[in-house]
Amino acid sequence: MAIKEIVNRSHSHWMDAEGADSDIVISSRVRVARNLAGIPFPHLLNKEKSNEVIHALRLALKNQEAADVLGNLELCELSELTPLERQILVDKHLISPDFLNKPEARAVVLRDDEVVSIMVNEEDHLRIQCLLPGLALMEAWNIIDKIDDGLEKTLDYAFCEKLGYLTSCPTNVGTGMRASVMLHLPALKLTKQLYGVLNALGKLGLTVRGLYGEGTEALGDLYQISNQITLGQSEEDITNNLISSTRQIIAQERAARQVLYQKGAQAVEDRVYRAYGTLKYARILTSEEAMRHISDLRLGVAMKIIPGIRVSLLNELMVKIRPAFLSKIFGREMTPPERDVYRAGLVRKEFAGLPC
Amino acid sequence: MLCDRCGQRQATVHLTEITNGYKKETHLCQFCANEIQPQGFGFPPQLNLHHFLAGLLNHELGGVGFGQQPATGGDKCTSCGMSEGQIMKHGLLGCGHCYTHFEEKLQPLLRRIHGNTRHTGKVPGRTGGRARLVKEIEKLKSQLKEAVSREEFERAAQLRDAIRDLEKTLEEGGEA
Repeated sequence: MAIKEIVNRSHSHWMDAEGADSDIVISSRVRVARNLAGIPFPHLLNKEKSNEVIHALRLALKNQEAADVLGNLELCELSELTPLERQILVDKHLISPDFLNKPEARAVVLRDDEVVSIMVNEEDHLRIQCLLPGLALMEAWNIIDKIDDGLEKTLDYAFCEKLGYLTSCPTNVGTGMRASVMLHLPALKLTKQLYGVLNALGKLGLTVRGLYGEGTEALGDLYQISNQITLGQSEEDITNNLISSTRQIIAQERAARQVLYQKGAQAVEDRVYRAYGTLKYARILTSEEAMRHISDLRLGVAMKIIPGIRVSLLNELMVKIRPAFLSKIFGREMTPPERDVYRAGLVRKEFAGLPC
Repeated sequence: MLCDRCGQRQATVHLTEITNGYKKETHLCQFCANEIQPQGFGFPPQLNLHHFLAGLLNHELGGVGFGQQPATGGDKCTSCGMSEGQIMKHGLLGCGHCYTHFEEKLQPLLRRIHGNTRHTGKVPGRTGGRARLVKEIEKLKSQLKEAVSREEFERAAQLRDAIRDLEKTLEEGGEA
């Protein structure tokens, strides 16, 4: 069963660090909200009604005409997965943390390469997501657009001419689209320019969040930037707006990295090598400490200070060191101190045999 | 490091709060962390998006917006039965029809959130019907304007014909 395989492997396609700017842009994501016409939104549905939505999607996925476009999509009810497996899907950014609050009568659809995922009965009946490595927002939108058309061959969407796609929360109405990029911005943070940059984004209708969405802090200098407005702009406008803002931030981060190096090459190298040393030899690592060092090392690799380490390995480690995945490899839940020791061992193994 | 709260267990959760520019760090053990904030760390609950929206709904002025209704009271959607009070409380609408039923009250809110009250994006192929035609016509019209300004009259003529055809289909109530 494919979904069981997905929760057992730590790697996802979005970690591949492919394409231009993947030293700074970790991944690009586009998500659209869709609801079925004539059925109240999920928060008003009882279990039976919620299951009807799941059933409707099952049928839509089987539609022969659509199947070619949709690719190999597998539906799995959340109740079929253990809490640990659900958490791994969150850590891999395939479903949202909120989705786990009420696991009954909810389902998830995944394509085997993890590029496409659909949450069923989250805040809206369907949340269709595409997640790609590097800066690839337009590509992600094009994939979503096709999947959406494929599903619409069977499903009647709640849509009105004036307000577009109707969503449970009025902040999503219109395109129902949220496009976002996950950026690694250690140099802007170190040079204390981050708040200036992030404030400017607010004026452009964009929001900034930490690693796991609303209300989470920016672990590992990772920031998620996304559009706020969904009504009155086309999907292409939203995408292009985010792409051009992202390019600006990339340029600023690059400039900050250069300034850092010019002003104190040794200080930067020291920081990077200390991080590497800790990851390579530490015996106890909290996830917070590990994230901090992975971030510094990632900066060092991107700046070509340390050769021979793949950025994709570091992207993967950011998910692998999280409690859920560690417990999965270990085979059972661990106490936090146990986990910190196990985490250090796992990280050491990844770097053993590497140069320096 | 020991937990700031119980002083007994190892602190494994490190919380940094920044209020009015002042940074406050708290170090807690897993146990105390769970007790203090069962929903996990992050913004205080009153800043959750839905509460925030509900606050905005409450704030709509001049009797145009949602009034001061108790949780179950006020006007109800004729399709799903969701009341004004419930919408205010949860910050969520009940069904697609709520957008029509509460249209007037939602307008100022939508303008405040999006700066706009009209969809200009994708239209679904099968259920979109008329909307898809209207959008296509709008697109061709803007292309026509561009063609005229560039003095590409042959192309302009083609576009004009295409627009006329689509408008005819629309008048006859047909679909693309």
